[in-house]
Amino acid sequence: MSTPYRIVPAGDSALIVEFEERIDPGVNARTIACADAIQAAAIGGVRDVVPTYRSVAVYFDPLHTDGEALTACLEREAARPPSAASAARPAVRIPVCYGGDLGPDLAAVAAFAGVSESEVVRLHAAEHYRVFMLGFVPGFAYLGIVDRRIAMPRHATPRVRVPSGSVGIAGVQTGIYSAETPGGWQLIGRTPVKPFDPGREPPFLLKAGDAVQFYSIDRAEYDRWR
Amino acid sequence: MEVAQPGVSVIKPGMLTTIQDTGRWGFQARGVPVAGPMDPVSHRVANALVGNARDAALLEVTLLGPELEFEDERLVAVAGADFDLSLDGRPAALHAPFTVAAGSRLRFGARRLGARAYLAVSGGIAVTPTLGSRSTHLISAMGGLGGRALLAGDRLPLGDPSLRHGVALAPQEAITALPEGRATIRVLAGPQTDRFTADALEMLQSAPYTVGRDSDRMGFRLEGLPLTYARGAEIISDATPLGVLQVPSSGQPILLMADRQTTGGYPKIATVIAADIAIAGQLAPSDAIVFRVCTAADALKALIVQERALMALEGPRP
Repeated sequence: MSTPYRIVPAGDSALIVEFEERIDPGVNARTIACADAIQAAAIGGVRDVVPTYRSVAVYFDPLHTDGEALTACLEREAARPPSAASAARPAVRIPVCYGGDLGPDLAAVAAFAGVSESEVVRLHAAEHYRVFMLGFVPGFAYLGIVDRRIAMPRHATPRVRVPSGSVGIAGVQTGIYSAETPGGWQLIGRTPVKPFDPGREPPFLLKAGDAVQFYSIDRAEYDRWR
Repeated sequence: MEVAQPGVSVIKPGMLTTIQDTGRWGFQARGVPVAGPMDPVSHRVANALVGNARDAALLEVTLLGPELEFEDERLVAVAGADFDLSLDGRPAALHAPFTVAAGSRLRFGARRLGARAYLAVSGGIAVTPTLGSRSTHLISAMGGLGGRALLAGDRLPLGDPSLRHGVALAPQEAITALPEGRATIRVLAGPQTDRFTADALEMLQSAPYTVGRDSDRMGFRLEGLPLTYARGAEIISDATPLGVLQVPSSGQPILLMADRQTTGGYPKIATVIAADIAIAGQLAPSDAIVFRVCTAADALKALIVQERALMALEGPRP
């Protein structure tokens, strides 16, 4: 069965391949495979290929791109039937010190779920999450899908400053703040691992399509990591 | 760095002066914004005037300009917004290369038109690149000098002027006509025009929008006729191209510019054509924008006209 898609322009310097409009691991896998294939085609003039939940943005220089070749490539890759599920990549394991002053919203999430704080930690760390996309700030990965019981909505009023490394929940999404920014997610812990460090090789911890699993560390271990 | 590189000292930083090359492309899939110049045409003109490569890093000056002192002899040029410019107290011309001697001071004075000027120095500004680019992105504190706008007392290292790609040029006419309080900007429909009511594109064109006070390098908050969704207020977050008009539930569009985030969750009604990004980049708060929907053919024609003018100015290049 072919995957429904459409290709729409965004101005004169970008084309967007849109797949089904839902947040779904299968649709997202299809999206990322399409982006990888477009990138691999290395069409002259293409400046950036950006997969998101269910669409791929292809940025190009209109004066240095063969528009017909680009459109043909997008049509071909978008219509290509999804390949059999490739071998699951091993999950990237990320340590988190849950609760306390590093996770100021853990108690609120526990109250929301009607369970203990340790049960929230267990549920959050039990899941294998998918990196659906990166965005917001460099290295920020949108992970899902969070267990419905602990899928607490974000704060009505965002915090002015969320420390880098904070691990938060926003509905069925979870993620790590990769920079100190304003933010409204429910903060349940903090990781000593940097999702983005421009001085490190490689600079990024995660890419779209990766699997992620969190594991609990205590405060002493967190301090040793740092 | 151990090697003593000649540089420029910042005496006064100006309101918002940042180091910009042509942007940090290739990492949007990792959430890294592109940044780069707000007016890419004037950026390219300034580099051409001193014989730099097109992607050399230079200074983007915003509304209130800096005062700088040079440590060695350089060729410099300023393009874009119309400022009074003085070199050691004597007037200097815009859109023309001139030599500064070691110890010379270049000062930006009163601004008449436009919002952003581009100061290129032969050899370019040689700060260490981050992810392949020297462009400053303020929100993520990346690139440029410590990822921030210039401060008094900063020192900017300069590159080797003998590596310049071309030759200095004669004085030039500006390619981008500076807006006098109002600019007409052409857009193409899409990528999500179908999210809006059938008359939304007409609404967008029917009266000018004002650039709001809290507008910056990320985007311009526009004030004017509200645009109405035909269905849901939020989309599944997707990519946010340069020049796209995203519309939050207030109905007041936001024009996304150089420092935009890579993704966003608001429907996008239309996108500014590449040829008109430069004039948008010369707008300041309280200026007005008249939007005009054009065709893809119009957009390409406008870009070719602009490119021909730029290439004629740059002359033959290696």
